[in-house]
Amino acid sequence: MNEAVTACAPLTAQNYKSGYKPIWCPGCGDYSVLSSITKALAALQLRPENVAVVSGIGCSSRIPAYTACYGFHGVHGRSLAAATGLKVARPDLTVLVASGDGDGYSIGGNHFLHACRRNVDLTYIVMDNHVYGMTKGQPSPTTEPDWDSKLSPGGTGVRSFHPLVLALAAGANFVARAFSGDPNGTADILAQAIRHPGFSFVEILSPCVTFRPEQKGWKEQVHPTPLEPTDDPGRAARRVMTDDGLNIGVLYTGDRTPYPLGPRGARGSIENMEAEFAL
Amino acid sequence: MSNPKTKQAPRTLDEFMVKAYEMEIEASQRYADFADAMETHNNREVTELFRKMSKIEGLHATQIMAEMGWTAPPAPSKVSWEGFEGPETIAMDEVHYLMQPWHALTLALAGEERAERFFAQIAEEATVESVRKAALELQAEEREHVELIRQWMEKVPKPDQDWAHDPDPPRYTD
Repeated sequence: MNEAVTACAPLTAQNYKSGYKPIWCPGCGDYSVLSSITKALAALQLRPENVAVVSGIGCSSRIPAYTACYGFHGVHGRSLAAATGLKVARPDLTVLVASGDGDGYSIGGNHFLHACRRNVDLTYIVMDNHVYGMTKGQPSPTTEPDWDSKLSPGGTGVRSFHPLVLALAAGANFVARAFSGDPNGTADILAQAIRHPGFSFVEILSPCVTFRPEQKGWKEQVHPTPLEPTDDPGRAARRVMTDDGLNIGVLYTGDRTPYPLGPRGARGSIENMEAEFAL
Repeated sequence: MSNPKTKQAPRTLDEFMVKAYEMEIEASQRYADFADAMETHNNREVTELFRKMSKIEGLHATQIMAEMGWTAPPAPSKVSWEGFEGPETIAMDEVHYLMQPWHALTLALAGEERAERFFAQIAEEATVESVRKAALELQAEEREHVELIRQWMEKVPKPDQDWAHDPDPPRYTD
């Protein structure tokens, strides 16, 4: 996280919104996620020009356009690759990465694992609605195996992906689950994630009211995790493997050293690097 | 899932009014978000109504500032609610792209009623006289809003049963 600048009048959540109106379906959870992101940035008083929001493709990935920060709407599934490059080149920026369960866990699944492993100081926000919404309702990696629809008659029969456990196994340094219907609580978790060094992963349950209207019931079902975050990835993994998938809160805070950014030792300048290749 | 119950009655007038201010701002912002969503979906009547509601809630916040003599809005604070959001805030998933003014007013009415109960409860639990008095005043204001919205609802048509029918629906999965 870069340093906050607080000399001017305090920034409010509105200061982080662009003039573009979201085109999500009315009722979509992603509106609240946008609100949570702007509230978190306001709570941290980060100046918009010091923040970059990078995304891939999908409903959730429209978010950069709706913020007043720098934005990059990239290639499907490659948001983490683009964000990693950006953070390494510009360590002074706070880099948020926005994705969905299709973009982030399927097309970008491999990038997800290695981003966790590299532990670059990024905050990865995945809006999970267990469906490909933008392309009209195909099952995604987190869709329940028995979700019956015209596009998956009888369900896929394929076991759901468990992103939190994978993130823990792959080395993410901060792991949390949030719910879009709790925008204030989500903003608080996002602020913690941004502050935490290294790769922070926040999965946000964000209902798709068009293709998964039953997810409106999540607001009655989610519950705050009764346990304090642990710094033991094994214990955190066991917790999330055995919970009902609706526990919200910070689950794991690690202390792995983040991937070093900026000049590294003697290789800090182009001249020094060239010297290594001199014949 | 807003809940009118308070977590703990505010201990000072300032603390209470910051909470009331945050409640109005949060509701105003949510109505503005709804208006934007409806505008994008070309639901003009409801867009206009939500814009109006956003403006009204914003005016309430401005009134609080004036009453308290604040020259600038209070710094964003971590106000806690019993539910996920303030009592006057309509949950994000309550709207539909084909909704009609009657639906929007029904939601607004529920918000105002929750706000009235919220202030009533604070007045009941308050241990500080200035907080109790202010809570009663705000409760009375919310009651007025409830009445105004009920009157407003009488002027708009009740939707047909098939109001949500879309001959060209976005979903193909069922």
